[in-house]
Amino acid sequence: MSIVTVQLGQCGNQIGHEVFNAICSDVRGTHGLCSKKENESYRDACKERFFSEEESEVPVARAVLVDMEPKVISQTLSIAARSGYWKYDDRSHFCQKQGSGNNWANGYSVHGPRHKEIIMNLVQKEAEKCDRLGGFFTIMSMAGGTGSGLGAFVTQCLRDTFPTSFILNHVIWPYGTGEVIVQNYNSVLTLSHLYQSSDALLVHENDVIHKICAQLMNIKQISFRDVNQVIAHQLGSVFQPTYTAESGLHYSRNLLGSFRDPSLYTSWLNPQDAFNVWKTPRAFNKYEKSASLVSNSQFLLKPLDNVVRKAWNMFASKAYIHQYTKFGIEEEDFLDSFTALEQVISSYTIL
Amino acid sequence: HLVSFQKGIYDEALSSFFRNVDTRSGDDGPDIYKGKICSLKARALLIDMEEGVVNEILQGPLRDLFDGKQLITDVSGSGNNWAVGHKLYGCQYRESIVEKLRKTAEHCDCLQCFFIIHSMGGGTGSGLGTFVLNLLEDEFPEVYRFVTSVYPSGEDDVITSPYNSVLAMKELNEHADCVLPIENESLFDIVNKIHQMINSGKLGSTVKQNSMVTSSAGSAKTVQEKPFDAMNNIVANLLLTLTSSARFEGSLNMDLNEISMNLVPFPRLHYLVSSLTPLYTLADVNVPSRRLDQMFSDAFSRDHQLIQADPKHSLYLACALLVRGNVQVSDLRRNIERLKPSLHFVSWNQEGWKTGLCSVPPVGHSHSLLALANNTCVKPTFIELKDRFMKLYKKKAHLHHYLHVDGMEQSCFSEAVSSLSDLIDEYDELDATKGGLRTDPSRLKIAV
Repeated sequence: MSIVTVQLGQCGNQIGHEVFNAICSDVRGTHGLCSKKENESYRDACKERFFSEEESEVPVARAVLVDMEPKVISQTLSIAARSGYWKYDDRSHFCQKQGSGNNWANGYSVHGPRHKEIIMNLVQKEAEKCDRLGGFFTIMSMAGGTGSGLGAFVTQCLRDTFPTSFILNHVIWPYGTGEVIVQNYNSVLTLSHLYQSSDALLVHENDVIHKICAQLMNIKQISFRDVNQVIAHQLGSVFQPTYTAESGLHYSRNLLGSFRDPSLYTSWLNPQDAFNVWKTPRAFNKYEKSASLVSNSQFLLKPLDNVVRKAWNMFASKAYIHQYTKFGIEEEDFLDSFTALEQVISSYTIL
Repeated sequence: HLVSFQKGIYDEALSSFFRNVDTRSGDDGPDIYKGKICSLKARALLIDMEEGVVNEILQGPLRDLFDGKQLITDVSGSGNNWAVGHKLYGCQYRESIVEKLRKTAEHCDCLQCFFIIHSMGGGTGSGLGTFVLNLLEDEFPEVYRFVTSVYPSGEDDVITSPYNSVLAMKELNEHADCVLPIENESLFDIVNKIHQMINSGKLGSTVKQNSMVTSSAGSAKTVQEKPFDAMNNIVANLLLTLTSSARFEGSLNMDLNEISMNLVPFPRLHYLVSSLTPLYTLADVNVPSRRLDQMFSDAFSRDHQLIQADPKHSLYLACALLVRGNVQVSDLRRNIERLKPSLHFVSWNQEGWKTGLCSVPPVGHSHSLLALANNTCVKPTFIELKDRFMKLYKKKAHLHHYLHVDGMEQSCFSEAVSSLSDLIDEYDELDATKGGLRTDPSRLKIAV
């Protein structure tokens, strides 16, 4: 059962790289308490899921890298190859030169249609390499232009091309006090569109991860690399062959049939032991956890409400709208997106 | 940067500003896209209606960087007359300018942005410069137009500088994507401040070599210092830092189109006040976070701005911070949290910060910061400009020099001042209402 990862934009590619790193190290790492045989089957399952063994000596990540500017992908490819433990397929990437300018409309309405064929061809190639395709995992931020806009478009294309496959979108929620001024617009547009094509949205908030780095891990000068490694750790714990519900979901479905517990939350108490904890099946706990996660929908309600509120505030003054209409996203499209998200908010509130 | 780090390899960063020409077959040789540097040629067009300055460049230490064919010069100058620059020379040189622009553009893999660098107070930079701005919009509509404009000060010795500036402002309002106004007074003050600090001996350790924002000591060839050199170096540093994240890697890239996207909420409000810190670096290598934090504080202080303005006491529509060097996201966040309470942001953009992290610092520095503010503090500059204009215009002083020129009419003046007035009104409106509604606008109600 294999998963094809689509890394979109700077954030998507930076995180994707850390995820494959984390998975690879886990596979290579010690197997803690479980038996050698179990470890082997764990390793095989994991490798199969995320890597393909081609003629090369190292496993090749099942991934497609997409960005509208070249620097991040070029770095990501070379750092991965330098590790000596795994690499990306040299041909599985697509980039342009100009970037998306943090403009969702540019990513969705211009880059999307323009590069649809090439990108989907790359995805198709990766999908064909899989014996059994489990589904797609896309990584993107909501705040920028490529991950968010082009990401939403690509997700739609994935849904159209693979109607029965499972699509999981990993979405990065930006810092509340801003990384991008129009991040709330971009977020609203992204989420409303993803709702239509995605099966599940797995969310990580930069603010929360930042706190984890500061308070739980005591890192003094926190870099994006630190943040990304934490996220990758969490994702790795979710994706390993012991696997079930995700954190802070809107609605969930399981990627695989097996139900073995990843203990998402306790892994944060002992980051060094995290890998060991993954391997211990704790079916009982798992059910409790998933029950509390699903009903604990208030989790993302507040951030979602905040984003919509700020975006609406900005929209009421018409600020920055001309930047979007320039590329074909009109006020009506904004209104549709707001409506869609208000519906989500009210459905969660009623719960 | 090239000299200090790159060991002569032509890379992506260099290629943003230079072509690499194989000059073995003469100056017209083909471009080399990768590998060793043969001969760098600036992707630039030098335009002046008198020859003195351009000739100096072509005879100076940087002469090899400029392609002899990318020049447009004349002999008599524009007489500090916007109309002569814009209407007369514009018309005369239009074809030649377009042709040379096309040629330069063809050498680019992916042309993203034009930088127009000029002054507002004279005739050529102001008049012909804004003519070229128009031209760029017509010929290359998809390419961004960033304009660095030097505004005249109150005691400018060019009497007609208010006319020239206001006439040029209309063009900037309508055709520029972003304008970075610069005032000589501010540059001058910064230069003096640096000299004072160094000479006063107040600094415990010495200033790190090559680190002054005014010095060209870090540049590829030694350049003889002339009076404006130090001031101009500041502007050069501004443009370098502005493009650093597009040229070099970092954990949070910030490209030029992102600057335009995030800092321009309404098309005409595209005037960005810039500040650079630090002005110099002390020689000790350790950078305690206190000094890092000081760098952030300085970026918001009045005496680091490149125009005579005080953004802290006016209204922010948007703000961008681009940090270079070993600075991480937590440093950025900490300082934003710290400084936010003392800054006034418009109601619909209370937390509106655009941030970028570029790993590569400028030569001689361990880190540096560029702050770009879309802030109503530009208003006084524009109001003063308008006042000086009106003083002359009411008396119809010197008007005949302009109206003499073919294509120039009184309406050009009235339209220009009206355009400036409208702009000032927009800033006034924002200041008065702080950007809007007292309470949050009511949200959409969903029928359950």
